[in-house]
Amino acid sequence: MYEILLAEKLNGSVMKMVISAPLVAKKCLAGQFIILRVDEVGERIPLTIFDYDRKSGTVSIIFQIVGATTRKLSLLKKGDYLFDFVGPLGNPTNTNDINKVLVIGGGVGTAIAFPICKELYESKKEVDAIAGFRNKELVILEDDFRDVTKQFFIMTDDGSYGEKGLVTEKLEKLILSGSNYERVYAIGPLPMMKFVSKVCDKYNIPVIVSMNSIMIDGTGMCGCCRLLVDGKVRFACIDGPEFDGTKVDYDEAIKRNKMYFKEEREKDCNLLRRIDE
Amino acid sequence: MNRVEMRLLDIDKRKTTFEEVALGYNKKEMLDEASRCLNCKNKPCVSGCLVNIDIPKFIDFLKKDNVDEAYNVISKSSLLPGICGRVCPQETQCEAKCIRGIKGESIAIGRLERYVADNAAKNFVFSESEGKAKVAIIGSGPSGLSCAGTLSTLGYDVTVFEAMHKFGGVLIYGIPEFRLPKTIVSEEIEKLEKLGVKFIKNVVFGKTIDINDLIDEGYKAIFIGCGAGLPNFMGIPGENLNGVYSANEFLTRVNLMKASDERYDTPLGDLGDVVVVGGGNVAMDASRCALRAKAKSVSLVYRRDFEQMPARKEEVLHAQEEGVNFNVLTNPCEILGDELDNIVGVKCVKMELSAPDSSGRRRPVEIKNSQFIKKANTVIMAIGNNPNPLIKNITPAIKLNQKGCIEIDENHMTSLPGVFAGGDIVTGAATVILAMQAGKESAYSIDKYLKNKL
Repeated sequence: MYEILLAEKLNGSVMKMVISAPLVAKKCLAGQFIILRVDEVGERIPLTIFDYDRKSGTVSIIFQIVGATTRKLSLLKKGDYLFDFVGPLGNPTNTNDINKVLVIGGGVGTAIAFPICKELYESKKEVDAIAGFRNKELVILEDDFRDVTKQFFIMTDDGSYGEKGLVTEKLEKLILSGSNYERVYAIGPLPMMKFVSKVCDKYNIPVIVSMNSIMIDGTGMCGCCRLLVDGKVRFACIDGPEFDGTKVDYDEAIKRNKMYFKEEREKDCNLLRRIDE
Repeated sequence: MNRVEMRLLDIDKRKTTFEEVALGYNKKEMLDEASRCLNCKNKPCVSGCLVNIDIPKFIDFLKKDNVDEAYNVISKSSLLPGICGRVCPQETQCEAKCIRGIKGESIAIGRLERYVADNAAKNFVFSESEGKAKVAIIGSGPSGLSCAGTLSTLGYDVTVFEAMHKFGGVLIYGIPEFRLPKTIVSEEIEKLEKLGVKFIKNVVFGKTIDINDLIDEGYKAIFIGCGAGLPNFMGIPGENLNGVYSANEFLTRVNLMKASDERYDTPLGDLGDVVVVGGGNVAMDASRCALRAKAKSVSLVYRRDFEQMPARKEEVLHAQEEGVNFNVLTNPCEILGDELDNIVGVKCVKMELSAPDSSGRRRPVEIKNSQFIKKANTVIMAIGNNPNPLIKNITPAIKLNQKGCIEIDENHMTSLPGVFAGGDIVTGAATVILAMQAGKESAYSIDKYLKNKL
């Protein structure tokens, strides 16, 4: 059992939790993920690590309530326990051999982009970041990002905060204004990563994306998280979760992530009904 | 007298529940079957048993209805009889060597072993750990459990590390409840706990811990039994469509995560018409699970003929009885989807057998212009696995072969002294009993290695 040491809402549907998991905290690095199970009937869901503290043996996660499992998770409080919490899984972000980078986060993906920024910043690299949200109410982690970046830009779809527009527009502006980024990291919804990769490809800038496929074991046993990268079948859990953004077949990945859309909806509705009763 | 048949669960019940299909012998049936044993002097059956259980001796106790003594005889060679009695392919092992099998039917050794495991009091005295060296076991599947149990009876301080949230490996996620009830697996694991074996879940070898961590924590030897990994796919168009599962994924969803039970959170969409590809035990398990998970129909597609199927005859028979359609000499060549990437059918081609290939089986070849489309909403690929892929990143000091399996010497030791390995990670996908044998033999090698070293 893994104790929840902190549970707080970052916006209407996004939560941060700090979990006591010394073995994971001892080994984890930016870009890696964990798999958790809320209770004994729970499913296994992968969540990318937001932050960790090796000394106190804690791992932080940030998640958005999107279905029954994240809803159940959001109902837990400080002092409650998770049934299972295993990791770190996947490969860490490769931050070697670069000096100037741009990190782009979209929505809750911003939380996953943060540890990469932090690691780059702490290893004295020049880091800029763009975070995109639908509106002001959804903005998260602004101060955290300001602490670990040289320049930080917030974009909102409706212009209610930061600049109005898409992250891709800002990305293109920064490139054209002469920011010589050696690499771009993009983490967020699949369409966002697809279009960021297109822009990067146009200007010949290497781009890394983090894939949030459906998983079960997370250790290369079930094959559920497969995706096409450069026309070849790869597995997000052991080959990723990060891949060359220009090589990923996003359209297929988008369809694969919708596999259980109907079942998830139904389960979430049933859960909400039970909560109401 | 013919072999005593085992009663099976009512066929209608079998299609809708995950209850165990084979019901086991009652006392009279056991006594009748045991009485058929000739108690031959040269005991050919024992040489057919991978863990060398003294079969005539335990059957002799059964003849006197002394189940507890029979259990003690088996325990000297195998710590997991409840599992072996159910899932060992006895017909090609001990029972194949039975003298009675020459003229008639061999003794039903597996069924008798199962009777012993299910009915013995199991009140034997557990030895305290004798304070011998610490040994780490990676993986709680058949090889790990058997290695852990054997080492523990030899007095070692044994800890088993498991990557998943439940112990048992393939016995839990792979083999379905109706063939091996999970209470049997947990009972066998509880027995090992009583023997002093410690079990730690949610630890992924190569990720959460590595060899140096184990050495730092004082482990003097390590046994790696982390099993098979990445499933094989055929490489045909359409394999990434929604509704194409590897057997690993499908079985894990149904068996470990209980996705077909509404009380559990893991989803499993409407299966509709299911096509299972393969002819081994895993294909049978997947087909029969799909039926129970409310598939509209289940068809198995296999490129060779019934005779070449690697699955146990009994499993094929049970699958047929339950309503699985067998399409032998048929191979899928494309999975067809709609605009949302949901499966609508499988394009198949008819096959015929030509001359035997290197495996000795007759090679299947396509019959020209024999393509046809089979309606399907779900496709399950049960065509084997590669070794666990995380192993290759652990340390270059552990040599792997070309297939990615760990290389071992005649003592089950890897190229890194003190690190042993067994089961599917060494052999590639094989049977439960072969893994148990490897685990047991490794335990004796570890004992010898530590005695020489200390």
